[in-house]
Amino acid sequence: MNSLFTIFLGMVLIDNFILSKFLGLCPFFGVSKKLSNAVSMGTAVTLVMVIASIATSVIYNYILIPYKVEFMNIIIYILVIAALVQIVEIVIKRTNIVLYNALGIYLPLITTNCAVLGVTLINAQNNYSLVQSIISALGGGLGFTLILIIMSAIREKNELADTPKSMQGLPIAFIIASLLSLAFMGFNGLL
Amino acid sequence: MIETKEKFTAKKFWKELAKGIVLTNPVFVLILGLCPTLAVTTSINNALGMGAGVIFVLLGSNIIISLIRKITPNMVRIPVFIVVIAAFVTILSLLFEAYIPPLYESLGIYLPLIVVNCIILGRAEVFASKNPVLLSMADGIGVGLGFTVSLIIISFLREVLGTGSLEIFGKKLFAIPVLSQSPLTIFIMPPGAFIVIALLMALFRLLGVLKNE
Repeated sequence: MNSLFTIFLGMVLIDNFILSKFLGLCPFFGVSKKLSNAVSMGTAVTLVMVIASIATSVIYNYILIPYKVEFMNIIIYILVIAALVQIVEIVIKRTNIVLYNALGIYLPLITTNCAVLGVTLINAQNNYSLVQSIISALGGGLGFTLILIIMSAIREKNELADTPKSMQGLPIAFIIASLLSLAFMGFNGLL
Repeated sequence: MIETKEKFTAKKFWKELAKGIVLTNPVFVLILGLCPTLAVTTSINNALGMGAGVIFVLLGSNIIISLIRKITPNMVRIPVFIVVIAAFVTILSLLFEAYIPPLYESLGIYLPLIVVNCIILGRAEVFASKNPVLLSMADGIGVGLGFTVSLIIISFLREVLGTGSLEIFGKKLFAIPVLSQSPLTIFIMPPGAFIVIALLMALFRLLGVLKNE
């Protein structure tokens, strides 16, 4: 059952990062007000997740396991992710200024996004190989982007609705997320 | 003279402690640390475990960061804070794995994810890096307790509605007659978490609005 396609589909639809694992909620509620921001944020997260998964998977499989220091993975992962985000930011700034301007402030914010650390820990927990890790990160990132886009489209419309005063803003966003999560539970029987 | 100074510190200690629990409650007022709040509140056991873990890490990291606050260069303070926090999370995760394996299993990846809980880094940056050790300890315990109280409120609602009964440390406290036969299972599933926190937030806001009027 651990084929690449199963991992990918599972990460996008069934174990969706936002709706069923509750990872990356802060950026989710922060930037899901406008569609254009949602696309930029989703792209940035997916990119960093894939790169971080490659790096941490290599470190885990070829350094931590042979030397039997798997318990050090939390400290090492968070440092690797922080460093990677910096490097990615510099590289994008030098090579593709259009993309850099589009991603803007979202890149540095990603270090503390629990979805990135989450995907690397899930990879380690399931003992995924390098290729499996990349696929799971890609699936997770795309799932994150998908929900971000759906959510921002709904919230743009919701701005015009007459919401009770105490429900405005975050509470109604949580209710929308709950309905989305309910809808996505329908994918549970897919695999 | 020394005695009055001691008294003063003790008073301040309690003030910092109370502030974290009520006035700046991390979950309902500051809306920080959402991921673990929603993920581990399926049962009150998990909530207590997570709360204890966060208090341990917050207390430890606040003490260490406050101790080294004068020798930490300003430029690299965030990486230093993160390494200190990650070290305490590693200790916590090894302790849980060794002594409370069932809790370790049910918290899963959310235990290591305490590292990126914004509450802890937030307290390090805002409080512990600028204040003496004792006050930082009070702040750590206060904010940690505030977080735990919020987790307990959410998990209490979810467990009671979702299973119709309440269980702490394997001991059944009570069961509601009709609800336990046909529980509202949705509340212990992901959508229920979103509904409960949305309604609690709206309630806190309504209370704030009424108070202002």
